[in-house]
Amino acid sequence: MAQGQFKDGIAAGRLSQAQYSENFSDLHPPLDRHEAVVEADRCYFCYDAPCLQACPTSIDIPMFIRQIATGNPLGSAKTIFDQNILGGMCARVCPTETLCEEVCVREVAEGKPVQIGRLQRYATDVAMEAGRQFYERAASSGKTVAVVGAGPAGLACAHRLAVSGHAVTLYEAKPKPGGLNEYGIAAYKTVDEFAQSEVDYVTAVGGISIEYGMALGRDIALAELAAKHDAVFLGMGLAGVNALRAEGEDASGVENAVEFIAGLRQADDLATIPVGRRVVVIGGGMTAIDAAIQSKLLGAEEVTICYRRGKEHMNASEYEQDLAASNGVVIRHWQQPKRVVAVNGTTVGIELEYTRLVEGKLVGTGEVVTLAADQVFKAIGQTFDAAPLNGSGNAIALEKGRIKVDEEGRTSMTKVWAGGDCIFGGDDLTVSAVAQGRDAAMSIDRALMG
Amino acid sequence: MADIRNNFVGIKSPNPFWLASAPPTDKEYNVVRAFRAGWGGVVWKTLGEDPHVVNVNGPRYGAIWSGDRRLLGMNNIELITDRPLQTNLREIKRVKKEWPDRAMIVSLMVPCEEENWKSILKLVEETEADGIELNFGCPHGMSERGMGSAVGQVPEYIEMVVRWCKQNSRMPVITKLTPNITDIRKPARAARAGGTDAVSLINTINSITGVDLDSFAPEPTIDGKGSHGGYCGPAVKPIALNMVAEIARDTETAGLPISGIGGITTWRDAAEFLALGAGNVQVCTAAMTYGFKVVEEMIEGLKNWMDVKGHATLDDVIGRATPNISDWQYLNLNYVTKARINQDLCIQCGRCHIACEDTSHQAITAIVDGKRRFEVIEEECVGCNLCVNVCPVESCIDMVALEAGALDKRTGEKVDPTYANWTTHPNNPAARQAAE
Repeated sequence: MAQGQFKDGIAAGRLSQAQYSENFSDLHPPLDRHEAVVEADRCYFCYDAPCLQACPTSIDIPMFIRQIATGNPLGSAKTIFDQNILGGMCARVCPTETLCEEVCVREVAEGKPVQIGRLQRYATDVAMEAGRQFYERAASSGKTVAVVGAGPAGLACAHRLAVSGHAVTLYEAKPKPGGLNEYGIAAYKTVDEFAQSEVDYVTAVGGISIEYGMALGRDIALAELAAKHDAVFLGMGLAGVNALRAEGEDASGVENAVEFIAGLRQADDLATIPVGRRVVVIGGGMTAIDAAIQSKLLGAEEVTICYRRGKEHMNASEYEQDLAASNGVVIRHWQQPKRVVAVNGTTVGIELEYTRLVEGKLVGTGEVVTLAADQVFKAIGQTFDAAPLNGSGNAIALEKGRIKVDEEGRTSMTKVWAGGDCIFGGDDLTVSAVAQGRDAAMSIDRALMG
Repeated sequence: MADIRNNFVGIKSPNPFWLASAPPTDKEYNVVRAFRAGWGGVVWKTLGEDPHVVNVNGPRYGAIWSGDRRLLGMNNIELITDRPLQTNLREIKRVKKEWPDRAMIVSLMVPCEEENWKSILKLVEETEADGIELNFGCPHGMSERGMGSAVGQVPEYIEMVVRWCKQNSRMPVITKLTPNITDIRKPARAARAGGTDAVSLINTINSITGVDLDSFAPEPTIDGKGSHGGYCGPAVKPIALNMVAEIARDTETAGLPISGIGGITTWRDAAEFLALGAGNVQVCTAAMTYGFKVVEEMIEGLKNWMDVKGHATLDDVIGRATPNISDWQYLNLNYVTKARINQDLCIQCGRCHIACEDTSHQAITAIVDGKRRFEVIEEECVGCNLCVNVCPVESCIDMVALEAGALDKRTGEKVDPTYANWTTHPNNPAARQAAE
């Protein structure tokens, strides 16, 4: 029986330490000063720039790029942070190929957009490495705000509130802050503990205290927070994972992609993370891609993504799909999971049924295929868990299973705002969560100071 | 294949590309390398009297760059040759003997006394060099000692020194002019009056390339201080072209051979100088930036263009643009153009719109029918060409001339087919007086 990298089943330590560190190094190494200036020089400083319109946080992209070109990276960073205090992480994880860079006029003209994401990273890195803080807190308002969840939405909200002079308490269920930035993003996209450094940078403005291990509904109640604080912002994200709805999915070897990604990010030694020899990932979004690529990088021999619809329906961008393919991941379309094949309770394969669209409705064709698999990852979406809203659950209106908010982020409950993945109408992007947190903070400020 | 052999005031060279008097022509070693690379001739770096000058031992050059550090302009505070006179003369003689088909011109700068010129001319003649170039242009260092541009800025001195040289030498005399004056025609006329065979221009332009914002010293900086230096390279080409054209079309200097200098980097630059009236060209910064090999591109590029256009020899090109240089007052005011944006090429950057909207005539839309679209509003367009210049896409915006009889939507009048200029325009007070 094969040993080492090609050992059957789910096993840790498939690769050498050197291979792990090479595989999990920075996906896009940072631009150095000269590279940044040359790239910045490509920007046309467009009028009413399409990139700016495409950015969920409306960063003045032509201006920050011009500031890089003129040798003013600190000014550039401030332009970014003015709109998006998590501009450093967004520079790393934003699907720029479907946002700013997709509409860059140079993408339109020559298929080579200005590398806006990498330029944003250059400027924010310069400022953060210098520890340069751009904001001073306004005089204390005497008001306190509770922010639930120290993820992108919560951090952006907390920062803007703190700058406005309010005292913020961040309640975080996990032992570390950062939310999906810390637990939910592929390791090679944010190396060197960047998520933690960014939280330190954001909270260095002052007026923000973080209480860890405080889960809503378990350690704290919404009604209690609302009574104790002048306002509450909910940014707790999504706690649930959709089920496969396939026979036998309780078998050993069927796992949540989200947990796998989080475990990987938190591991001190990648050699301790077990991965199957043959891995199948079910899903079509970024989580599926991140889980698949990282399985491959951990040493899995065969990694296959199975998605029940066509390539054009995948939530993962074309760039991400190509990244997966270039890492040796096979993407199979029009296949949905039907049954996990297990022997003595251990997964050995998955049976998939071919699908097609009939009058806009997805139906199985009856034809099935079985893939050998030691490990099956579920990456078919996360769900909002409304239970922790407990006693106040009735008071907060939901829409399609997520919190309903108005255009300012106000929930149906007085004094309570919400943003990020937990609200209805979002697009599950870090950058959108930042925009919602920031805008809710401004709404809260108006309400408190009005 | 086009014949690009050059005959400039009787000095023959296989092509019209000479290296200008400058660091690349200071020594036998460099000049031989240049000839091997294909340069048609050199103007040896300026000789002076012994004891030879000394140069600073700190930075001699400053520069400005584009974002990707493409050298746009350079300046220098180097003086004339800092090697003994006899060393240079010996090398000049040897190189000329070994490379008889190449032009060997010797640049000279000595104090403004006839005896000084007489004695150095005699020494240069013995080298068998083809001609001399009088350095009346150097703007730094030597000018403080009453030479270089200190002479070039006083037409009477130019005439006097040129006359001495013509009277005391059989060699053709090329007078190199400084651009650091108000009217380039004055020194050119003085050189002609003195009997010069040709002028060469431009020498470098007084300049400071930058200021170090930490030390607050101008660049290049020598021990915390800086001095103005001579500016050259691609950035000076438009200034040089104009000065060449001014001399080419001046009735008093018309026909005076011109060796064109100033930012020539490609065959195209050279062709433009020739078209405006230069009989050949001199190059320095391009060679200092890329090495001597660039001449290959210049030679082949020029030949290729001449072949495509059917120009057999340099004489078919030289001065062809000169008759088209005019004074503003004679430009046709009945020539009406409008910008036209090719929507298929437009990449929607909007720079034409904001340039026109903020700084010109509000003649380009940003939104049409609720969509981002840039179109020319002919009722407002004055045909200024700013949109063409700021557009990042070549040929996306054209200036289209309205045909005679067509309606100019801006004025509401039909385009007059006749030529009319300012001298006869009713708004011209002088024209009114003449009519009365």
